[in-house]
Amino acid sequence: MAQHDDGVTAPDDDAVHTGARTGTAIQVAAERDESPGIGVVQTDKVINPGFPPHNPRQTDLVPAKDKRAERQVAILFFLSIIGSIFALAAYIAFPINPGDFGSIRTNNLLLGLGITLGLLGIGLGAVHWAKQLMREDESVELRHGTRGTEATREKAVEVFTLGNEESGIGRRTLIRNSLIGALVLTPVPAIALFRDLAPIADPVYLLQHTMWKTGTRLTHDPTGVPIKASDVTLGSAFHVIPEGLLQRSDALEQKAKAAVLLMRLKPEDLHVSAGKESWNYDGIVAYSQICTHVGCPVALYEQQTHHLLCPCHQSQFDITQEAKVIFGPARRPLPQLPITVDSNGYLVARSDFHEPVGPDFWEREL
Amino acid sequence: MRKSTTSQPKVRKAGRRSPMASVALIMIGLFATGGVYALFTASASANTTAATSQLTTEGSKLFAANCATCHGLNLQGTKQGPSLIGVGAASVDFQVSTGRMPLAASGPQAEEKPAQFTTQQIQALYTYVAAQAPGPGIPSKQYLGGNGNAAKGAELFRINCAMCHNVAGAGGALTEGKFAPQLTGVSAKHIYEAMATGPQNMPVFNDQNITPTQKADIITYLKYLDKNPSPGGIDLGNLGPVSEGLFLWIFGLGAIVGVTIWLTAKAN
Repeated sequence: MAQHDDGVTAPDDDAVHTGARTGTAIQVAAERDESPGIGVVQTDKVINPGFPPHNPRQTDLVPAKDKRAERQVAILFFLSIIGSIFALAAYIAFPINPGDFGSIRTNNLLLGLGITLGLLGIGLGAVHWAKQLMREDESVELRHGTRGTEATREKAVEVFTLGNEESGIGRRTLIRNSLIGALVLTPVPAIALFRDLAPIADPVYLLQHTMWKTGTRLTHDPTGVPIKASDVTLGSAFHVIPEGLLQRSDALEQKAKAAVLLMRLKPEDLHVSAGKESWNYDGIVAYSQICTHVGCPVALYEQQTHHLLCPCHQSQFDITQEAKVIFGPARRPLPQLPITVDSNGYLVARSDFHEPVGPDFWEREL
Repeated sequence: MRKSTTSQPKVRKAGRRSPMASVALIMIGLFATGGVYALFTASASANTTAATSQLTTEGSKLFAANCATCHGLNLQGTKQGPSLIGVGAASVDFQVSTGRMPLAASGPQAEEKPAQFTTQQIQALYTYVAAQAPGPGIPSKQYLGGNGNAAKGAELFRINCAMCHNVAGAGGALTEGKFAPQLTGVSAKHIYEAMATGPQNMPVFNDQNITPTQKADIITYLKYLDKNPSPGGIDLGNLGPVSEGLFLWIFGLGAIVGVTIWLTAKAN
């Protein structure tokens, strides 16, 4: 039977041993006599029921079971050894061949299985060992105050006082103040560096304008080939980037704002509001691909229903009604790019978008 | 048959081919079925206009019996179905040989099912429809071999197709019960025809939008995906966070709960 000799001592003055076999550490805290506070009725206090009677484990009672548990723990540790060796062997035997994705899968799978077995074997073995074989008894560890002893506290004060005396930091105010000044100024370069991570130009201007200008040709994504109005047959959907985008160094940033979906509907299907009559060309309409909800690319166009679906949050826009929101969390219709054709028959923008593309931002007026 | 063959004016090769040879070729064209598309196009191109006229006649009968209820006897369309004037052979071949047409029941969209006609009947149908008005034709075999540029095809696929069909071609949901179907295992011809004709709610990607070479690149990419599925292991349907999240919630959290119970349980 386990003996209580591991240093967990029961305070003798407020704990008594009841209901437990002699020699165990099972203890029940005694009820306090003093009032724990005003208004608390003493008789309402929950009585500490103490520990339930100790049930010895099978491994404590049957030596054969003890032996078996010992073997199980050892087997788990051996499995860990096998796993680690397996991982090493698999790493050598199944190398990653450049260009062969299948080899990466085999390599990663076998390596992962080996390392998993190596770690889990140790972990499971240790837990099994602790649960089945290590000494098992219930005990209470009382919580202690965190205040140090008077001697410790005095010693700490003494160390600081001595440090002050020896360095003279309290006395030599010139050194102290110049040190404080130096420390305050050290983060200043970091502030300047991080500040310049932001765009130099006015972010509000950048959010309100895209690359599209009067006369910019509509071109194919990703080839940059200009699109003729005659290319866009009924029911077509073209993914469009502005001409000259591919030559720009900030092509991706510009594309994120300027991407456009070009569709052709029957002109009689379009319900064009006043002032926007010239924005489409013979049923060809161009809308921003950037969702007005949180900016996902909206391009799931259905050519019969003329619905445009955003895959992120299921906002639906009706192209026949100038991309009006007919379902979902988007609040505003997709901005329309006014288009026309130039003298060579190529589709060109009449102007930039008349409102900022994409989701809301603080300074947005529309 | 012989009479109609000989009475037809021969456009070309008339001097080099006897009437008997024409009849033989027609017979081959009509009866060599078995679903081998390559054989089929070869015989079709070798056929004379007489064969086309024969197919058109057969197609018109099939059309009147199976399609005209909705699409109208003259392909003009009715309230139940759209006009088929100018849809072209590619559209008819796609819709009928994937079983989407004839429609089993009206619903959000026509779904794929076993084809209701033989290859020969399908050829007759599309020949008939294509003869009424020009439209996208059956794609040339040179674009269907899957020997294009898979990397370019993948880029085009991500730009033009992935938003609906998923970047791995696993398909995805659309509005009001419609969906973009899965593209794994779809034949190269059907992929090409779908791009060229825009079946149902799919937009049209004509040859000016995506050139035939680019279409061949996209087909090459999809065929590459068919041959090299998921290098990362089990793909869980390639549906992204939905299936992966569900898997982790059930099996990952389940394992954690199980281990926690085992760790804290008292040994007996």
